[in-house]
Amino acid sequence: MSNSNHKFNSGAFFDKIFRNSTMFFAFVVFSVIFAIMATLVVSSLPALKAFGAGFFFSDTWNPVTIQFGGLVPIYGTLVTAAIAMVIGIPVSFGIAMFITELCPNWLKRPLGVAIELLAGIPSIIYGMWGLFVFAPLFADYGQPWINDHLGSLPFIGVIFAGPTMGIGMLTAGIILAIMVIPFTSSVMRDVFEVVPPLLKESAYGLGATTWEVLKNIVLPYTKIGVVGGIMLGLGRALGETMAVTFVIGNAHELSASLLMPGNTISSALANEFTEAVGDVYTSSLITLGLTLFIITFIVLACAKLLLIKLAAQEGKQS
Amino acid sequence: MQLLNRTLKCTLAAVSFTVATSAFAVDITGAGATFPYPIYAKWAESYNVKTGVKLNYQSIGSGGGIKQITNKTVDFGASDKPLKQDELDKAGLMQFPTVVGGVVPVVNIPGIEDGVLKLNGEVLANIFLKKVTKWSDASIKALNPGVDLPDSAITVVHRSDGSGTTFVFANYLTKVSPEWNDKVGADTSIQWPTGIGGKGNEGVASYVQRVKGSIGYVEFAYAKQNALPFVTLQNKEGEFVKPSIQSFQSAAQYADWKNAPGFYEILTNEPGKATWPIAGATFILLQKSQDKPENGKEVLKFFNWAYANGGLMAKGLDYVPMPADVVKLIQAHWKANLKAADGSVIAAE
Repeated sequence: MSNSNHKFNSGAFFDKIFRNSTMFFAFVVFSVIFAIMATLVVSSLPALKAFGAGFFFSDTWNPVTIQFGGLVPIYGTLVTAAIAMVIGIPVSFGIAMFITELCPNWLKRPLGVAIELLAGIPSIIYGMWGLFVFAPLFADYGQPWINDHLGSLPFIGVIFAGPTMGIGMLTAGIILAIMVIPFTSSVMRDVFEVVPPLLKESAYGLGATTWEVLKNIVLPYTKIGVVGGIMLGLGRALGETMAVTFVIGNAHELSASLLMPGNTISSALANEFTEAVGDVYTSSLITLGLTLFIITFIVLACAKLLLIKLAAQEGKQS
Repeated sequence: MQLLNRTLKCTLAAVSFTVATSAFAVDITGAGATFPYPIYAKWAESYNVKTGVKLNYQSIGSGGGIKQITNKTVDFGASDKPLKQDELDKAGLMQFPTVVGGVVPVVNIPGIEDGVLKLNGEVLANIFLKKVTKWSDASIKALNPGVDLPDSAITVVHRSDGSGTTFVFANYLTKVSPEWNDKVGADTSIQWPTGIGGKGNEGVASYVQRVKGSIGYVEFAYAKQNALPFVTLQNKEGEFVKPSIQSFQSAAQYADWKNAPGFYEILTNEPGKATWPIAGATFILLQKSQDKPENGKEVLKFFNWAYANGGLMAKGLDYVPMPADVVKLIQAHWKANLKAADGSVIAAE
């Protein structure tokens, strides 16, 4: 009796330690995020005082006259990430579908390993490959084609017309897509694989085709994981620094054409932070960092809202 | 087990050895300009062989050099943009020049060889101002009769990071183009009217290599290393000159160091028939009052040695070394300005 009581007590004791320590770790995350946020806000005050809200809508970036505006890098960040998503999501989806549903068994493992290897390549390697291999080929074959076939379209033509330099916003977006695909597709593959075979088999038994099984069984079952994988990819695309710096052209210039050079928040920071002389210059760069922080937060919040909406619909259907 | 033991012992011995040697010599740290990096690296290597003193130089760019020495995180800073006397006083710094080098415009136009393309300051400024946008432009053709210039667009390549090379280049353009002076100006970072940005001299060189129809500017050593076709420029006297150590030397001799307070001297657009118009000295920045006098002393020793023994190495990399009389001025400047925290003079004899 006393023995089991003792055991019970020690169990409760360790439970308490366990709970408190895990709670402590969770709050460490909170305080770190809060500290980062506070530092960014305090350090960006000089720039915000000097330029006000106009900072976010101005495309000047002139260190000589100390006039700064964040529109070009903010625009560049959003556009390159959007290009990466437009290309990356369907491709990742296709890869994950092929591996889990259609791929012959002997090919599954090598393909899976290859994707994980791609995810492990450091971003600077993607950047160097983009600059040395992809950009020259793209300038000679890809961009002239885009110019000829898409550049002459009404309205959207200006987006695809421009000099064929090989580097620019579109190149950066494509490189980002290639970097995002392994992450997104391996998350998607993992969640597709946990769909109980029983569910799929019963659908097949009712005469469903592979596509119908995917659309009606696999996707609804895994939507949270799929959205999570896309968000992971989007997060990487928004914050990627080195690879983008290599191929985007690093120009503080606003242009409608995707073939023109541009800038992203992280590439501007990578290029200019060590060199920024004076309070307002440094502070403007930190304000850009704060903006990236806020953009990421908004994106994550939207993802969460989307998931909540999806969950609510599920309740209505059943 | 024995093997493990032996490995452990070896590692321990190696660790204690490194600790011992590093405790023996004072290592010096510097950071800044990328423009003189090749020569500082070479000097540091030879100096280390000779004396065992290690110099750790980070080529992070001139702006970074000024920032680091102002914050006292390094023993010396390096910049290609000299600071004016009042800026020096404000930060408690002193500066002195080490070598003179040249910035050269480089091009990638299919069919155009080294030095064939001739430009003058005004046309060069107009290209960088986005006013001249084609290689077949009348103003370029007028300077290059008989050269087959393609009808292709010009892509301007500039630095994306702040840089002393940019300062020297832009400073030259302010002197040859009133419009550049009004609209853009000169600094280590500027608002470029057009073009793509590469990080570092290497970044600009590799963009120019890869983008057809491009023009950029790099420190001479990088143009040579990458075998990039450079441009022949018209200087102040109207002569067309190719970049070379002789033409940099010709620019350097017009520097009046004696009458330049705080050695503030910019060598762009100097007179002289053989002068390359975009030359510049590169500078070392030191805290006037040294918190760690031993480190300050080591820095001076290093540059003293470099002035005395590094001339040939500098010439080998196409930098112009400081003439002996200027070195004397610099040494006197050290004695007069560099003090330990207690006020004693640091400069060695």
